[in-house]
Amino acid sequence: MYDFNYKRASSVDDATASVAAVEEGKFVAGGMTLIPTLKQRLAKPSDLVDLGDLKDLVGITVDGSSVTVGAMTPHAVVAASADVKKAIPALAKLAGLIGDPMVRNRGTIGGSISNNDPAADYPAAVVGLGATVHTNKREIAGDDFFTGMFETALEESELVTKVVFPIPEKAGYMKFPNPASRYAVVGAFVSTGPQGVRVAITGAGPSVFRQADMETALAGSFAPEAVENIKQADGDLNTDIHASAEYRAHLVTVMAKRAVAEANG
Amino acid sequence: MPDGAIGAPIKRREDLRFLTGEGRYVDDFSRPGQTHACFVRSSVAHAAINGVDVSKAAAAPGVVQILTGADWAADGVGGLPCGWQVIGKNDTPMHEPPHPPLVADKVRHVGDNIAVVIAETLAQARDAAELIEIDLSPLPAVVTMAQATAAGAALLHDGVDNNVCYDWELGDKTIVDAEFAKAAHVTTLELTNNRLVANPIEPRAALAEYDRADDRYTLYTTSQNPHVIRLLMGAFVLSIPEHKLRIVAPDVGGGFGSKIYHYAEEAVLTWASKKVRRPIKWTADRSDSFMTDAQGRDHVTTGELALDADGRFLALRVQTDANMGAYLSTFAPAIPTYLYATLLAGLYKTPVIYCNVRAIFTNTVPVDAYRGAGRPEACYLIERLVEQAARETGIDKTEIRRRNFIAASEMPYQTPVALEYDSGDFIRNLEDGLKAADYDGFAKRRAASEKNGKLRGIGLATYIEACGIAPSAVAGALGARAGLYESAEVRIHPTGSVTVFTGSHQHGQGHETTFAQLVADRLGVAVESVEIVHGDTDRVQFGMGTYGSRSIAVGGSAIVKAMDKIVDKGKKIAAHLLEASVDDIEFDAGTFRVSGTDKEIGLGDIALTAYVPHNYPIEELEPGLDETAFYDPKNFTFPNGCHIAEVEIDRDTGEVTLASFNAIDDFGKIINPMIVEGQVHGGLVQGIGQALMENCVYDEAGQLVTGSFNDYCMPRADNLPSFTVGTNEGAPCTHNPLGVKGCGEAGTIGAGAAVINAVIDALGGAGIHDIDMPATPHRVWQALQHSNG
Repeated sequence: MYDFNYKRASSVDDATASVAAVEEGKFVAGGMTLIPTLKQRLAKPSDLVDLGDLKDLVGITVDGSSVTVGAMTPHAVVAASADVKKAIPALAKLAGLIGDPMVRNRGTIGGSISNNDPAADYPAAVVGLGATVHTNKREIAGDDFFTGMFETALEESELVTKVVFPIPEKAGYMKFPNPASRYAVVGAFVSTGPQGVRVAITGAGPSVFRQADMETALAGSFAPEAVENIKQADGDLNTDIHASAEYRAHLVTVMAKRAVAEANG
Repeated sequence: MPDGAIGAPIKRREDLRFLTGEGRYVDDFSRPGQTHACFVRSSVAHAAINGVDVSKAAAAPGVVQILTGADWAADGVGGLPCGWQVIGKNDTPMHEPPHPPLVADKVRHVGDNIAVVIAETLAQARDAAELIEIDLSPLPAVVTMAQATAAGAALLHDGVDNNVCYDWELGDKTIVDAEFAKAAHVTTLELTNNRLVANPIEPRAALAEYDRADDRYTLYTTSQNPHVIRLLMGAFVLSIPEHKLRIVAPDVGGGFGSKIYHYAEEAVLTWASKKVRRPIKWTADRSDSFMTDAQGRDHVTTGELALDADGRFLALRVQTDANMGAYLSTFAPAIPTYLYATLLAGLYKTPVIYCNVRAIFTNTVPVDAYRGAGRPEACYLIERLVEQAARETGIDKTEIRRRNFIAASEMPYQTPVALEYDSGDFIRNLEDGLKAADYDGFAKRRAASEKNGKLRGIGLATYIEACGIAPSAVAGALGARAGLYESAEVRIHPTGSVTVFTGSHQHGQGHETTFAQLVADRLGVAVESVEIVHGDTDRVQFGMGTYGSRSIAVGGSAIVKAMDKIVDKGKKIAAHLLEASVDDIEFDAGTFRVSGTDKEIGLGDIALTAYVPHNYPIEELEPGLDETAFYDPKNFTFPNGCHIAEVEIDRDTGEVTLASFNAIDDFGKIINPMIVEGQVHGGLVQGIGQALMENCVYDEAGQLVTGSFNDYCMPRADNLPSFTVGTNEGAPCTHNPLGVKGCGEAGTIGAGAAVINAVIDALGGAGIHDIDMPATPHRVWQALQHSNG
């Protein structure tokens, strides 16, 4: 780890102003990606601004049409929330599949989506439910938030404050984990509801994406059989020692089909 | 059964400190004035070193000293020695290229040590290390053994043609070829035994200190065998005599073989501690561990089994290439030869066997013994061949084993590959295993899986291993440069409590409990009044350490031998006090008694008398009750067993789920069944890990792709079913005083073959009869894609 300046922010404004004021500032939420990166000396921020005291950003509220998750809410809280389990069980399930218990108790939704790891779980829920990402400056549609591998629509010193998930009629999440890291090799989040029929795929490509062919098929019939013969093109998919692009493309179909089955209960 | 008796499942006494954070590992020790070391390692697999400029780094804050390969060479100190010499074909000795702890001429693998920065703090050492400028000329890297031995391949070491360390054989090829010529059936199998990273929880660490007042060095290190490190580093590397060098291996958090060896960091820190006149500490991070801990396995093998028309084995022919990595680690040459080829008979009466092994240098991390060490590789080959032969001949896989097993009545049994098995009842293990696994009910379970669209398979591995390493004379004849006995000192204190000093070393095995139990049982004292001391060359007289499942068989036997001396002396004291003849004194349950009378005296009173010798046979007996023994075994021990795995495969994803795992093992006499069960569980997990998950991968440039747990898949509890394990104690070891065989490696030896045989059984319906480890979802799915099913 290289030396850096450290500050605990007292408010969202203080946090964003603090990052804006320094040479290379970084927010630290749960730190589940940032801290290992620092320890390996792979990043050299001048300043870390800790969001740990921003209790306003922690918590879950559910109304008739949406579930709102504060940016600093740990995955374990979402996974265990009776309200989330009732309103969007697939979201609670997804949160419970992230990492391991230590990661789930430290890692936050804001940190996860801001980092936009191509194999992270939460981006699938944000896109798969048509959520809206709220920041200190604006609201960003989930479809517009994830712009590329480790890239988002966030501007310099812009901070995610909460994510608002519309409650779907049905939703399901199925994940094929990397055996080593337990990140998603492929994760498929499907839903039908106020945001239409959505199929969001994480892990397979450089960033989360919607599977349009499957959405069209499911709009006709929201049943596993509707997607089982739809093949995902493998041209732009990731390849590593754990899964070729071809295998990932195959898993997109398998996971989507299983997610639909789960959504249908 | 009394608490401390042999056979009682008492809880491990050491776990209290481990589970409450009170364990003391090397990194927990600190010395006044301590400095910190950061090693500068090669980031490329193969390159010539043109120059190392440390000037900027030397001026960095907090830097105490920077040392490079040139400094090491200038001091004329030795390279890391190899502890085993293999003699190849035509009496050609293996190549032993130099292994400098800091390289000066070229780097040969990612992680090779170029320099060490010693600084006031670790952060300062790391900062300075980044300022060292290394001028390298890249050389082509040879990563696979096929690349290394190809014509025109880049050579790692001067004078080692084709990168072949040795070309060795066992058995008579002409005779074996003749048997193949008349075989009714030949089963042929090509396989890869995948490279593994040991990954103990505790990374390696070292803390070296030079005491000017005594002209004496102390090294705290994460070792499975501190006396061996004292010998190797003291005598062969740094020329420090034993009385000037203390090695302490305190609590060690797992080794699995990887902490047997003498490593560069230990030698460099000890050497440098005198230069800087301050203690120096180094602790590996996980990346260091992946790049520098000796790795395991890595064989490419062709095996052929010849059978007659009745399915009886006629001959076995094996060709194996074994990857040594870039240098010879301490015992590396012995693993694919004397711990592999000598086990190729397995449990079978195969009359003739020929094995050719080539050891190959590549631009990868050195390979050495990893839990099982050669024996899992042998078992994997044999048991896969046996199940393939059964499939090809249409003989049931249990029947083909029954037909070829060595019978219990044929013990002792001389195999064609040098070993003489002393005991074992292989049929009984098989029958017990089949019953435990409900083998007969498998067809029903398979049908149920198929109804759910899943493939189901069952696989066996019947194994034998040579443990309790070893008779020194045999090891020496085979090229070992050390004896392989064990030593123990049993000290009965004046008030009757007992301290045992053992040359075995515990790093997860529970010796402090098992050995205490052994002493409590034999001497009739409370288990709480026995302390086990190990891991410090200043406290323990001598030792060869812990590996090869040798601690109870060799270390435990040494303790027994020392206790026998205690009892003999006690009898003489008792005879004096009880005014009887020594020949009439019996010892049982802590009491010396005149045979056939009620005249008796307890061990405690005898001990007090020995230290307060007022009424004592002082003319013929020295005071005190403290005895040392060295035990050199007469033979290896031969644990054996039957492991049965059952798997279910998801056709859509290729995912293999281990549905059940049953192990029946013969470890001879069991001292503590709870600890034995734990050892079996741990071994099984590592064997299953190799079969389904673990794989060390280098890319074409020799970069370690699996350099972290993000890519190197360790088995976790949720990957595993609840194991069913049992033991047979009906065929104890015939040549050691306890009848014990050792249990540390067994799980690792049987599990891989059992799991892969089960996977192949499951995939058979899809026309797949071969798959390499690890059978990851990706690999299984690819096989299914290309199959005819």
